[in-house]
Amino acid sequence: MPKLTIDGMDIEVEPGTSVLQAAERLGIEIPRFCYHDRLSVPANCRMCLVEMERSPKPVASCALQAQDGMVIHTDSEMTHAARKGVMEFLLINHPLDCPICDQGGECDLQDQAMAYGFDRSRYLENKRAVKEKNFGPLIKTFMTRCIHCTRCVRFADEIAGVPELGAPGRSEHMEIGTYVEQAITSELSGNMIDICPVGALTSKPYSFVARPWELRKTDSIDVMDAVGCNIRVDARGGEVMRVLPRLHEDVNEEWVSDKTRFAFDGLRKRRLDRPYVREAGTDGGRGRLHEASWPEAFAAIAQRLEGVAGNEIAAIAGDLADVEAMTALKDLMTSLGSANLDCRQDGALLAGPRGGYLFNSGIAGIEQADAILIVGANPRWEASLVNARIRKRWLNQAYYGPVKIGRIGDAADLTYRVDHLGSDPAALQAVLDGSSPFSQVLRDAKQPMIILGMGALARPDGTAILDCARRVAEAYGMVRDATEDEPAWNGFNVLHTAAARVGGLDIGFLPGEGGRDIRDILIGTRGGEIKVVWLLGADEIAAAHFGDAFVIYQGHHGDAGAHRADVILPGAAYTEKAATYVNTEGRVQRARMAVFPPGDAREDWKILRAFSEVIGKRLPYDSLAAVRSRMAEINPVFAREDIQEAGAWGVFGSEGALDAVPFASSIDNFYQTDPISRASDTMAQCVAEILDQAQAAE
Amino acid sequence: MAFIDRAARSLFLTELLSGMGLTLKYLFRPKVTLNYPYEKGPLSPRFRGEHALRRYPNGEERCIACKLCEAICPAQAITIEAEPREDGSRRTTRYDIDMTKCIYCGLCQEACPVDAIVEGPNFEYATETREELFYNKDKLLENGDRWEAQIAANIAADAPYR
Repeated sequence: MPKLTIDGMDIEVEPGTSVLQAAERLGIEIPRFCYHDRLSVPANCRMCLVEMERSPKPVASCALQAQDGMVIHTDSEMTHAARKGVMEFLLINHPLDCPICDQGGECDLQDQAMAYGFDRSRYLENKRAVKEKNFGPLIKTFMTRCIHCTRCVRFADEIAGVPELGAPGRSEHMEIGTYVEQAITSELSGNMIDICPVGALTSKPYSFVARPWELRKTDSIDVMDAVGCNIRVDARGGEVMRVLPRLHEDVNEEWVSDKTRFAFDGLRKRRLDRPYVREAGTDGGRGRLHEASWPEAFAAIAQRLEGVAGNEIAAIAGDLADVEAMTALKDLMTSLGSANLDCRQDGALLAGPRGGYLFNSGIAGIEQADAILIVGANPRWEASLVNARIRKRWLNQAYYGPVKIGRIGDAADLTYRVDHLGSDPAALQAVLDGSSPFSQVLRDAKQPMIILGMGALARPDGTAILDCARRVAEAYGMVRDATEDEPAWNGFNVLHTAAARVGGLDIGFLPGEGGRDIRDILIGTRGGEIKVVWLLGADEIAAAHFGDAFVIYQGHHGDAGAHRADVILPGAAYTEKAATYVNTEGRVQRARMAVFPPGDAREDWKILRAFSEVIGKRLPYDSLAAVRSRMAEINPVFAREDIQEAGAWGVFGSEGALDAVPFASSIDNFYQTDPISRASDTMAQCVAEILDQAQAAE
Repeated sequence: MAFIDRAARSLFLTELLSGMGLTLKYLFRPKVTLNYPYEKGPLSPRFRGEHALRRYPNGEERCIACKLCEAICPAQAITIEAEPREDGSRRTTRYDIDMTKCIYCGLCQEACPVDAIVEGPNFEYATETREELFYNKDKLLENGDRWEAQIAANIAADAPYR
């Protein structure tokens, strides 16, 4: 272990640590532009120069590995002179347009020029000007500001896995750009905006809209997919201005997908801001929706519920519902005598022991796996950050050891090398039988893993496939308890796509005794046995399924559910309520309220609590704390925040015949998967410019 | 002796006469009062009066929506909203100053990188209603157009000291 001295302080670090990292550990800040913790080290900005004893010149600390006996000075005259000189060179071609630059106020170059630069310019010649590039609908470029740190190029190559960016030209003529004029086709492209240390790459939808100092920052949780990315919601007044990632090493590191980052403008469109009641139409048909007050809407529901038996009522929770609302709705349904509850609106009948529906290894656990079998999932679209983690695992084989990745499903580019094993359940059966070439890989692997997507489970034979996958997991030792030599490992992973799903399964938003599941509920509504359906933000079910049933839609967007509804109760979107979400790993996370819901809309559990009083079945909680303690009473996992562990193992799935239908991803359009992203203009633009461009190229 | 001196002054009314003498002296001096509003006193080029938003000689508004004035305003009297204009440049869609909040400290014009917001020489803008003192962008630009010659002269006069 090399021991070195930095500014008179001794430190011992692991071999391979750079001087910059060692200094950071001592709390000494070294300015940098090109160096980034999660990217390779090109050492081309030269801002991190430090003085090393017995070296005639200053050295780049980011690329210099710590060696025994080094003596580094980060506060010496030579270091200061070097920084000042480098800063002057960087500013030669950087325009002085901070007042119109969106990075102004949160710009590395601005901050470091203040801290380490010279207070005036000695450069009198003309500055360089570079033509703007088209990076698509999300990233706005201002390439004159670029200082050629190449962070974006390295991000595209290494993290996103789309080698579309490069730096053609040399010296003065070097320009960052896509080689051919095209939008960047990565679903992680927005992160380039964050890592750009200057204002060369900025957010297009956010351009010129707000300044960082006028935004109110709220920690929250993303609901666009089931990864549960940690995000920060920046709001001004009553409007969300942007969404940024928050660091969480075990979930999203410091990245988020483009949908998470840019779909929030859907929160301003097609919102339900007051209750609506459908008036009786002429000749018995359905009339028009008209605005109503809360008491009128509640009265309309209470009137319809009169004389309806418990088993004629059903409730379906959607993909964005929070656990608080599902708890309240579950308790309300129980008090009405209904057991017809389901949160699995896509029909993926997961239930049973917790280990049977979680991403048991955890997202960080992917880094330990040495064989990964992906079944019926397109992680790149269904959970971009899980895909980024698999790519990280695949790229760093020199560090983590070799890994083999097999995939059963459609052929899609996942940004890493995949052995395509087939496209239908027969290939999974072959893996189980041992007749597949991947069987040997799994047998040899120490930490094998299976990732089961919704494309495999949301099918009529979903439970049979689940059963088959469980057998694969058991047959190849994917689930084992801790032994003396090695810790426990559970490589059985279900990759959810709905943010509400695991929370719903944990809270037991499932058919009770004698209750109907989602398929039977819809059979009931079509046949007329179910008379009243309460939709908690469930928008993915075609209106025709509801037949003549009385539909109550509680949600925040005027999407499919609201169009069919007989009564609309306006709820709050994920930025507008204090809510609990459980991600695909089973990690309980809490979102905070960033802005108030629009108009008369209210937090969802409060709506249900208020309605329960109208029908005289008062729910026993009046505060958020009381709802949360009720949640913890139903399932103790809700008492513990931000903890990921493998679920209990048991028997789940049911034996049955496997269909010969090939697996298809549950998402065919990455940018529009839920009511919020469907209402978003930015996402619509992405579909037009990125997806359609890709399709045209094929 | 002091007693005799004091008695003599009282007897001959010297204090009264010296006071009347001073009055008589100012009777023949030039008058210092102004016949406002027909006459006005001189103003420093740094005088901080009513706000104005300036334009470039070609008619383009100077303000680039950097929001530095909004940020520095200690009374939080300025409200700005911005978005890209049709030609892609950064412009305000709203620039409001609540003149009832403003404390005329001049920090906004200090902060402005393009000399767009200035406190001009006008101090006669009393209104009959409070609402008239909530200035919007049109009003401020109109002020700028009206006072441009004087504002430009003031800035030029003060330039050597900046």
